[in-house]
Amino acid sequence: MSVSLLTWSLLAAQIMLGAAFICAFYRTVKGPRAQDRVIGLDTLYVNGMLLLLTFGIRSGTSLYFEGALVIALLGFVSTAALAKFLMRGEVIE
Amino acid sequence: MTQAADLPLWAAIPVALLLLIGSALTLIGSIGLVRLKTFYERLHAPTLGTSYGMGFILLGSMLFFSVLQTRLVVHEVLIGILLVLTTPVTLMLLGRAALHRDRLEGNDPAATAVQDPAATAAENPAATAAEKPAGAAAEPSQVEAPRRHEAGPS
Repeated sequence: MSVSLLTWSLLAAQIMLGAAFICAFYRTVKGPRAQDRVIGLDTLYVNGMLLLLTFGIRSGTSLYFEGALVIALLGFVSTAALAKFLMRGEVIE
Repeated sequence: MTQAADLPLWAAIPVALLLLIGSALTLIGSIGLVRLKTFYERLHAPTLGTSYGMGFILLGSMLFFSVLQTRLVVHEVLIGILLVLTTPVTLMLLGRAALHRDRLEGNDPAATAVQDPAATAAENPAATAAEKPAGAAAEPSQVEAPRRHEAGPS
């Protein structure tokens, strides 16, 4: 009972997160200006991290958690660097 | 799903609910990212995923692993703290960069919102006469527009 409940709810959660991933990817590709692409990429990072967490629950190992932690950290650094680049034209002054 | 058979039903129901609510909120935020019109509106939409979606899914994961290992597993809180601290910083940086780029090109979103004659006439007819100096004051920002070639990518 609990196995089928968890399996189906995990499947539904992963489908919804995959749809969110596709939405963020659409904004990244289509985005009329560079800042739209950057915010699409930031959303892509967060959605991928959440998707990885649901994979971790499905497999029952905590290995996926460390990948999600790295993605959360690198997403912050990359978005901050891209915003700095949009503002100044260079990352390191 | 090897270990989930050990999970009792009283823990499986909250885990499933938390996962569904969190992923649905993330999906709503990402749909808002696609559907909203201007960049400054789009800046708000994905925070639904980074605050509530992340919180619910992390709570579900914490509950799942805590019940399975019969001890308190709280290392998911690390991701939560990291995202809660970093998301406002990145979005403020991004919003300020976008505002800077819009002002370099001469279309300041705040100034154009005030200068829009139809909106101000419908809202307050007496205020349209007072908007003329504001329009004249916004002129120098348009003079600066050619400088954007040396200021970075377009």
